[in-house]
Amino acid sequence: MTLATPFKVHRQAGGGAPPDAPEWQRVEPSGQRGPRRSAAEPPLAHGRAGFRGARRAYRRSRGEAVIETALRLNGYAAVILIALIFLFLFKEGLQALFKIPLGEFIGTTVTDYRGYPKTVRLWQPVGGDPKYSLLPLFCGSFLVALPATLIAGVLGVACGIYLAELAAARTREVVKPFIELLAGIPTVVIGFLCLATLGTAMQNLLGTTFRLNAFLGAIGVALVIVPVIASLTEDALRAVPNELRVASYGLGSTRWQTIARVTVPAAVSGISAALILGMGRALGETMIVLMATGNAALITLDVFSSVRTMTATIAAELGAVAQGGAQYQALFLVGAILFTITFALNVVAELVIARMRRRLVL
Amino acid sequence: MTAAGRADAAAVPAAKVMIRDLHYFYGPKQALDGISMDFAERQVTAIIGPSGCGKSTLIKAVNRIGEVVSEVSVRGTVRIGDLSVYGPDVDLVDLRRRVGMVFQKPNPFPKSIFDNAAFGPRLHGITDRDELSAIVERSLRQAALWEEVRDRLGASALELSGGQQQRLCIARALAVEPEVLLMDEPCSALDPIATAKIEELIHELKADYTIAIVTHNMQQAARVSDLTAFMYLGRLVEFDRTETIFTTPAQQQTEDYITGRFG
Amino acid sequence: MSARAAGRRSVATSRRTRIVGAFFEQLCRLLTVLTCTALIAVLAVIIVKGIGVIDLEFLTGAPTEGMTAGGIFPAIFGTICITLLMILMALPLGVAAAIYLVEYAGKGLAPRIIRAAVNNLAGVPSIVFGLFGVGFFILFVGRNLDRVLQTGLLFGQPAMLWAAATLAILVLPVVIVSTEEALRAVPASHREAAFALGATPWQVVQQTVLPQAYPGILTGAILSVSRGAGETAPILFTGCAYFLPRLPVSEFFGIPMINPLDQFMELSYHIFIMVTQSTDAAATRPIQYGTTLVLVALTFLLNMAAILTRNRFRRRAEALL
Repeated sequence: MTLATPFKVHRQAGGGAPPDAPEWQRVEPSGQRGPRRSAAEPPLAHGRAGFRGARRAYRRSRGEAVIETALRLNGYAAVILIALIFLFLFKEGLQALFKIPLGEFIGTTVTDYRGYPKTVRLWQPVGGDPKYSLLPLFCGSFLVALPATLIAGVLGVACGIYLAELAAARTREVVKPFIELLAGIPTVVIGFLCLATLGTAMQNLLGTTFRLNAFLGAIGVALVIVPVIASLTEDALRAVPNELRVASYGLGSTRWQTIARVTVPAAVSGISAALILGMGRALGETMIVLMATGNAALITLDVFSSVRTMTATIAAELGAVAQGGAQYQALFLVGAILFTITFALNVVAELVIARMRRRLVL
Repeated sequence: MTAAGRADAAAVPAAKVMIRDLHYFYGPKQALDGISMDFAERQVTAIIGPSGCGKSTLIKAVNRIGEVVSEVSVRGTVRIGDLSVYGPDVDLVDLRRRVGMVFQKPNPFPKSIFDNAAFGPRLHGITDRDELSAIVERSLRQAALWEEVRDRLGASALELSGGQQQRLCIARALAVEPEVLLMDEPCSALDPIATAKIEELIHELKADYTIAIVTHNMQQAARVSDLTAFMYLGRLVEFDRTETIFTTPAQQQTEDYITGRFG
Repeated sequence: MSARAAGRRSVATSRRTRIVGAFFEQLCRLLTVLTCTALIAVLAVIIVKGIGVIDLEFLTGAPTEGMTAGGIFPAIFGTICITLLMILMALPLGVAAAIYLVEYAGKGLAPRIIRAAVNNLAGVPSIVFGLFGVGFFILFVGRNLDRVLQTGLLFGQPAMLWAAATLAILVLPVVIVSTEEALRAVPASHREAAFALGATPWQVVQQTVLPQAYPGILTGAILSVSRGAGETAPILFTGCAYFLPRLPVSEFFGIPMINPLDQFMELSYHIFIMVTQSTDAAATRPIQYGTTLVLVALTFLLNMAAILTRNRFRRRAEALL
């Protein structure tokens, strides 16, 4: 399922069989076929001013005005909701900053058993001496999201190239929904399978210390974001005008040379956006990491150790906190930070896509 | 047999591209019906005719670029020199390098001017920077674009004007040193000044290349070409020296088209 | 300009170029096959390990003996309830928003902001929706509602209503984007013809655009139901429970109806708790697989229905063009 894809590409009906006289030399498609030409922009692109003018004449009718206002309010609902989410997250989260000194979000100074001061960076909000370091949580989130985006990026871009440039039309019609089915599997199921089967298999294969670790979570998350990256990559490649491919073939290039030297470079903004959005999705994933990463809130760079992500922290602890307490608000703060990061990634991706549109339309 | 040229055999130079009884189908739809003609060496052959007569299809059949977009069926032969284009085991990559093509709408790659011109040579394995620079300069000079862009070869090709972009596309095609240059309405998207520059360019290139140009602009055909072919509904109606076609055409249909009675 | 001198070098495309090209093409194919294999492996494991548990009693009975036996009917029922409630909230809101964007808004700043908001809403992590559900719906709206209506602690605690509202926000972008796509697929000429006959904007929408666009809107609705059924994080704390003694049905004026203020059981939540917090995970493992199979089958069927509807719709739209 392509959520919020910026490219709308329509396939035209094509091809047919030649008359079957035997002396006909049927030229086999040399496999250097490019995709069909993209269709024009949304149908309403040209008629705006005219419709608007016509609409003003109808505003005399009060019924119409009411309907339009109702629709407009619904339109703004998305904006209001995003604003509300932002508001409530930060309203609760910022209160944590009043209860907990800022430095404690990095690390807490404790005295160890010998009486010396030592800085520990732990997230242990429960207990007599609560610690609120966010570093283990950041570490965990990125230790899962980066490998996941890497794996899913390689797989997804390859799938995108295959679907857009290499696959025959009929194959594509089968493979593409197949890959999109992967996106339809509930994440709790993937997490469950990682926990129940893949974890043991991986431990037997690789001999890792922890059965549940960041890498296992990364594989699970990668499985979920491959369809996102594949779909956006395919859209980006199909948006490259066919004339460029034809020009490249006209100069005597092989199919892969055209893909590698013309099509992919022209689509690189869209592919980058796909990767950025995939990473955002990986950072926001909750159930898989909750079930597969082991939930140990430690700072580590070992991808095979147990970690705790920001999302898992919220999910694991929100049920047991006292409303209004420091931990409760700290969780909202984590949520606010998470929201900000994914929001920023979304904005960056949209800027990249806008830049791509400008370059190609020129 | 379709209409052949009435010109004196001795006056018409050797044929570089020979098309014999070519039938061309896009899927079930016939686009060319028994075309036989030659593109003469170091001459400009213009192909004129009303919309849908198959002129673009004809030149796309020569470098087999039509197959990139859809399924085609072919009967008949096309030869370039001693190479049969539709023969078995024809290397399409090599064929398309030997036949250059310029398209109706300028389509430079979204890369720098240098990278556009160097694209073809790079495809075929030339990586030495100096060699590439020499090729780029040579091609841009041939396309009469060098003086205008020599100081900004690294700039994006999309920043050039329409006419400059088209000349860049011509340079790009010339950079692989083709034997034949096919041009599909190269000036239809350009303003008159740019058009004039390109027509002048064609005149200069004629000395070294075999050129076929499809155009819907009869005056352009008259200005630029040595030989002209008039096509209608997939058939070749008349093919002769340009002066003859435009002054004393043999077929009534040709005369009707040229005088504007249809099309 | 005698560039075409006899020394034209042979620049034919080398074998190496072709071999390298073929290698990379095969690599892309291989990686695609790998991705598809992963999907098949996932489905195979679920089906193989889960099919043994599925029988009529499993699908219609209630859980017994600490979840190690019995059925999952309450979870199925709860899933249906929550997604129904969710789509009742999200569909009108999303379709109206999409109609506004496509038919009324034009190209100003407002639609761009709205679209940006929709895109960003689509990117919000699901657990953040859960946080919002708790912080806003339950603790703000719910508690204040209780205060105003003097109903004690009726609204201000986890309930199906709030969970459905949270899910509705989550699937809102799906509804809006699908509906927008469906509306845009209706050719402009139809609208122009309707206007030319003197129709008001709403009449154009209601009588010309919507009848043609409804399959696409239906696709969006099915996709969002599928999405909602599979999401766990938003409902973790907003109304879902692991074991409830009875279904969330109450009698309103003598008629049994779904009570949106009740808590409910739900398939994905059930799987999650069973897997991570069962007292005896090994004993409940078969049921875990069985429940997973039911959930995956449900989402699979819904997605297939959506794809079929969308294909039928696209073929109809292409016939028009």
